[in-house]
Amino acid sequence: MNKEIHIQKTVEIAKKKKKKSTHSIASVLVWASALLVVAVGIGIVIYIMIQGVPYLNSSLFEWNYSSENVSMLPALINTIFMLILSLLIALPIGIAGSIYLVEYAKKSNPFIRIVNLMIDTLSGIPSIVYGLFGSLFFVKFFGMGLSLLSGALTLSIMILPIIMNTTQEALREVPMSMREGSYGLGAGKLHTILHVVLPSSLGGIISGAILAAGRIFGESAALIFTAGTLAAVSGNIMDPARTMAVHLYALSQEGLYIHETYASSAVLIIVVLIMNGLAGLIKKCSERNTIHG
Amino acid sequence: MNNTLKENMARSIFMMAAALSIVAVLIICIFIFSNGVPAIKEVGLFHFLFGISWDPEHGLYGIFPMIIGTLVVTAGALVFGVPLGILCAVFLVFYCPKKLRPKVNVIVNMMAGIPSVVYGFFGLVVLVPFIQTMTRTNGMGVLSASILLAVMILPTIISVSQTALSSVDKSYYEGARALGASHDRTVFKVMLPAAKSGILCAVILGLGRAVGETMAVMMVAGNQAIIPFGIFSGTRTLTSHIAMEMGYATDLHRQALIATAVVLFGFILIMNGIMTLVKRRMCHE
Repeated sequence: MNKEIHIQKTVEIAKKKKKKSTHSIASVLVWASALLVVAVGIGIVIYIMIQGVPYLNSSLFEWNYSSENVSMLPALINTIFMLILSLLIALPIGIAGSIYLVEYAKKSNPFIRIVNLMIDTLSGIPSIVYGLFGSLFFVKFFGMGLSLLSGALTLSIMILPIIMNTTQEALREVPMSMREGSYGLGAGKLHTILHVVLPSSLGGIISGAILAAGRIFGESAALIFTAGTLAAVSGNIMDPARTMAVHLYALSQEGLYIHETYASSAVLIIVVLIMNGLAGLIKKCSERNTIHG
Repeated sequence: MNNTLKENMARSIFMMAAALSIVAVLIICIFIFSNGVPAIKEVGLFHFLFGISWDPEHGLYGIFPMIIGTLVVTAGALVFGVPLGILCAVFLVFYCPKKLRPKVNVIVNMMAGIPSVVYGFFGLVVLVPFIQTMTRTNGMGVLSASILLAVMILPTIISVSQTALSSVDKSYYEGARALGASHDRTVFKVMLPAAKSGILCAVILGLGRAVGETMAVMMVAGNQAIIPFGIFSGTRTLTSHIAMEMGYATDLHRQALIATAVVLFGFILIMNGIMTLVKRRMCHE
């Protein structure tokens, strides 16, 4: 005990000494680079906000897109359709797959390693390659054409790694004792998974889903050749659909509506940042719950 | 009996869902390769990979300029992004006051969330005009693309290196300090080398993101299908090459673009392979 106090004192003295000493080159360099990174990050967001937010007006949210109003509403609605459809496809598959990997497969099973290797491979594939694949497979091979459905199917493969990684992690965090308690009460494996394990890992799964949603919101390269660039609200899933990110790309390539482009990118940034923030928040809350509960 | 049936059915459904990721990778490989390889055969592997002119109207399909473009732009992004990212990670782990750290991390995560078209647009309206006025060139080219990509890979590099640095055993730090090394010396000569495999992972992940990035690069790189002759020269990467011409390409031209994706895929698979090796070595250490 005495020794510990002694060490602590020495450390404190050393810290004081360090504070007195002039800043070394290394620490200046390190501080400067961190400052630069933070400045760039904040700078980009604030610049887009300042240039974009003042131009957010009602004509940007009119139902029909025309070259006069440059409305982003159709793209916004299409993005929400795209989001729902992709999540409807990818979430059940991703969650079910993760349940198999965590709850059923034995740890030594090579199947787990292979699936996780494939997930890593999927997350490394560039989005333009997904776009190309989608246009070959869904658009041409299955004849779905440039449509909401082709886009959503392509995106659902793309977000599968995010969902499977976060879900696996969330399932692993559920303590073994909860499963054993459920078995002890006579529940079967399926019942235990559906009524005990899944509910208590819901926070992690939702935060993964929101992360995936953020990715969908910002995706453009994979959608141009699968969902098309038609700027109209799509009435059904076989209609082509221009999403927000594609809309932003199209506007900035046309280069005619600079203020509207700024406004659209401000909306895109706000939505994506809110989503990512929400995902983080939900994850934090659910972690706190598992510790206390 | 009914119950066992239900359990078994559930089990097989879950298993099929897990197997779907394998199926997805296989189908992607099959479709990209079967559509791309015939074009490589027709053009000839050597002419395709090392041909220096891309001119579909005259039947010239050489993607060498795009390969060089990708390599140069990626290398540029690493030159800017890696030192900055690692130093920032060092700051977060060893220099940052405790209260400040979560705030800086929020900003880094925020940067990771910004969509690539927004980066591209920002590059187009801020970075390109800036370089234009500074250098009196047209501003679109290797340098703009490299700087923009560097910013985009920063979050990846920072967060992965941060994890690597903070998982180094604390006793290393205490040992070095006890031997009389200063804080700076300990951090840069002991902690940083100890985390080198993790930092290598960070660099490879950043590399993967840089090679695969499409839209942002396309918006600021100028996109001339030529071998870049300087840092202000316009250039075209493999990804933007596909994205630019896929919309109107037909027949052999179209197949040649898919073959470009095969090459890109090869790049990514090699990087994934290196990544797996590095990870395995890390586990053995």
